Amino acid sequence: MATATGIHHRTYRAELRLRHTKAEWFRLALVIVLLLVVPYALNTYWLGIANSILIAVVGAVGLNILVGFTGQISLGQGGFLAVGAYTSAILSTRAGLPVPLAIIVAILVTAFIGALFGLPALRLKGLYLAIATLASQEIIMFVVRRWGFLTEGKGYIEVPRLPFIERETFELQWYWILLPITFVAVLMARNVFRTSLGRSFMAVRDQDIAAEAIGVNITRAKVTAFALSSGFVGLSGALSAYYTETVTWERFTLDVSVLYLAMIIVGGLGSIAGSVYGAIFMMLLPALLTEVGQKAGDSIPFITDQLPAIKNAIFGIAIITFLLIEPRGLDRIWSRMKDYVRFWPFRY
Amino acid sequence: MLGRAYVHSLNSSTVPVGSPILKISDIELRFGGVVALHDVGFTVTQGHIHAVIGPNGAGKSSLLNCVSGLYHPQKGKAVLHTGDGAVTHELTKLPPHRIARLGVARSFQNIELFSHLTVLENLMLGRHTHMKHGVLQSLLWFGPARNQELSHRGIVEEVIDLLSLQPFRHKPVGSLAYGIQKRVELGRALVLQPSLLLLDEPMAGMNSEEKEDMARYVLDVHELAGVTVILIEHDMAVVMDISDRVSVLDFGRLIADGTPDEVKANSAVIEAYLGAEEH
Ligand SMILES: Nc1ncnc2c1ncn2[C@@H]1O[C@H](COP(=O)(O)OP(=O)(O)O)[C@@H](O)[C@H]1O
Ligand SMILES: [Mg+2]
Repeated sequence: MATATGIHHRTYRAELRLRHTKAEWFRLALVIVLLLVVPYALNTYWLGIANSILIAVVGAVGLNILVGFTGQISLGQGGFLAVGAYTSAILSTRAGLPVPLAIIVAILVTAFIGALFGLPALRLKGLYLAIATLASQEIIMFVVRRWGFLTEGKGYIEVPRLPFIERETFELQWYWILLPITFVAVLMARNVFRTSLGRSFMAVRDQDIAAEAIGVNITRAKVTAFALSSGFVGLSGALSAYYTETVTWERFTLDVSVLYLAMIIVGGLGSIAGSVYGAIFMMLLPALLTEVGQKAGDSIPFITDQLPAIKNAIFGIAIITFLLIEPRGLDRIWSRMKDYVRFWPFRY
Repeated sequence: MLGRAYVHSLNSSTVPVGSPILKISDIELRFGGVVALHDVGFTVTQGHIHAVIGPNGAGKSSLLNCVSGLYHPQKGKAVLHTGDGAVTHELTKLPPHRIARLGVARSFQNIELFSHLTVLENLMLGRHTHMKHGVLQSLLWFGPARNQELSHRGIVEEVIDLLSLQPFRHKPVGSLAYGIQKRVELGRALVLQPSLLLLDEPMAGMNSEEKEDMARYVLDVHELAGVTVILIEHDMAVVMDISDRVSVLDFGRLIADGTPDEVKANSAVIEAYLGAEEH
C-alpha cells in the first residue's frame, strides 16, 4: 500500500484507507465534480467518446489485472470482449433474459472461458504464453465468424435499444448508466489489490518460486487471475453490445487486443489508475488528431487526403515517445507530479 | 529486545522438544549427469539450530530445496513430524505450497523477495497460508476482507518490531539495501509462524557487523519461540558458535553429522573443509 511519505497513522484501519491526505480527498472531490459536469459541457460527439472511454476503462482494468498485476501476457483481449458481447446479446435477444441478468451471466461465462484459455499459462511464460493467448484469440474469432448459430446466419447480431433510452438524449443517458458501472468496477479492482488475493497475484508476477514456497498455490492464483480479468473484460464487451446496438466480429480482432495492451502499457502496468489513464489517452488521442487534422485540412488540402495515415503515424510516435520518457507510464508521471507539488518548494 | 512482550508465538510446532521433527533419509538427487546429493540422511531435532555446512556446490541448497518441495529427489524422502510428533508428512511427495501450509518456512540464498511490493506487503504475503482468498470478498473489501487485513496485521507488526524494520514499512523492497532485504526475507518466513525454519546462507555477502546482527536475530527468534532452524552457513565461527548440531556435506555426500565439537574433531571434515580453508 503506497502511503504518502511523511504521513503517520494512528490505527491500521486508517492506514488501510485508499486516501489519507486532505489533498487526496480534494482531488477525488474535484474528479467527481468534473465527472458530474462533463455531460453538460460536451456536445453529443464528444459525449459519445466519453462513453467509449468508460467502456474501455473496464476492459483495460481487466487486462491490467492479468498482464500488469499477475505478469501473464495476453493477446486474447479481443476474443474475451467478443465472448462478453455475444453472450449478453444472445441471452437478451434470443433467450429473453433481462439485460442486467444477461450482463451478469456474460461476465460469468467470460470468466469461465478466460480461465479455460488461461490453462496454458500453468506451463508457459512470456513469449510462449503470448503465442498461446494469440491462439485463443484466433480460436474465438473463428468460432464467432463461422458458427452461424450465434448470429442466426446473419453474420451480426442486432441488439434492440434499451427501452428507456430516447434518441435525442442517447449519449447523455448512456453516460449516466456507464459512469456508475465503471466507477464500481474500478473500485472493485482496486479493492482486490489490497487483499491477500491480489497480493498473491503480484507475488506470482514478481517471484513465482518464492510465492510457492510461502504457500501460494500458483495454479489456483493464475487461473483465478485469468477468470477475474476476463470477468471485467466480459463486462466491457457486454456493455459495448448494448451501447453500440450491434455485435459483429470486426470489433474484436487482434488489433483490439493490441490496442488494449498499448493502453495499459502507456497508462502503467500494474496500476489500476494507470489503466484508466491509458484508456482515456488511447481513446482520446485519435479523436483529437481527427479534430486537429480537419481544422488544418481546411487550409492545407493535402492533410485531408492523407489524414488516416498521418493520424496513425502521430499515434505511433506519441506512444513511443511516452515509453521512452517514462516506461512506467502515465500513472508514474502523475505520481511524480504529485510529489513535486507536495514537497514544493523543498525537493527532498 | 527480548524483554518486550510479544503476543503471537512464532513457533507453530507442538512436537516435544528433543523429539525428531524432520527425518531425511537416503536422498539422491541428480541433474542429468551431475549427482547433487548422494544418499544423504540425517535427523533434525525439535528445538535445535541444526547447521548444514560444506564447500560451494556441496549440495546444501539442493537439500533445502528437496525439503521445501522445489526439487524432487529421485530417491529417498524427507518426513516432517507434526502434532505430538506422531503425525508424519512425506514432504518429498507434496507440492511446495502444501509444505508451506505445514509450517515449513524458508529464506533463499539469493534473495527472492517480491521486489515491487512494500516490506509490509511482503510480510503480509508471509501470512498467505493463514488467510482466505475469496474473489467476492476481495472485490467488496468491506467486511471479511478488511477484517482479515486488520487481524493479521498484529503478528506482522510484531515481526517488524522484532527485526527493526519500522523505517522501511512502506518502501518497495527492491529499493532497500542488501542487508535489509535479507532481514525482510527472514521476516516473511517468520510471520508464517513456522514449525520448521529453513535459512539458506542468511549472512552471506554481509559485512561482519551485519552478520552479527543477523546471527542475533536468528538467536532471538530461536530463544524467543524455540523454533527449530536448519541453517546453511559458510562462516565457521558463527556455525560453531550458535548451532546445536552440524551436518557436513561434501560433493553431495554426508561426511559428518554431530555436535559442533564432534564435527570439529572429525578427520574427514578437517580434510575436506576446515583444513582446505587454512591452505
Ligand atoms: N537447478 C539445477 N540445475 C542443475 N544443476 C543444479 C541445480 N541446482 C543445483 N545444481 C547442481 O547441484 C550441485 C549442488 O549445488 P547447490 O545445492 O547449489 O550447492 P551449495 O548450496 O552447497 O553451494 C552443483 O553442482 C550445482 O551445479
Ligand atoms: Mg547454496
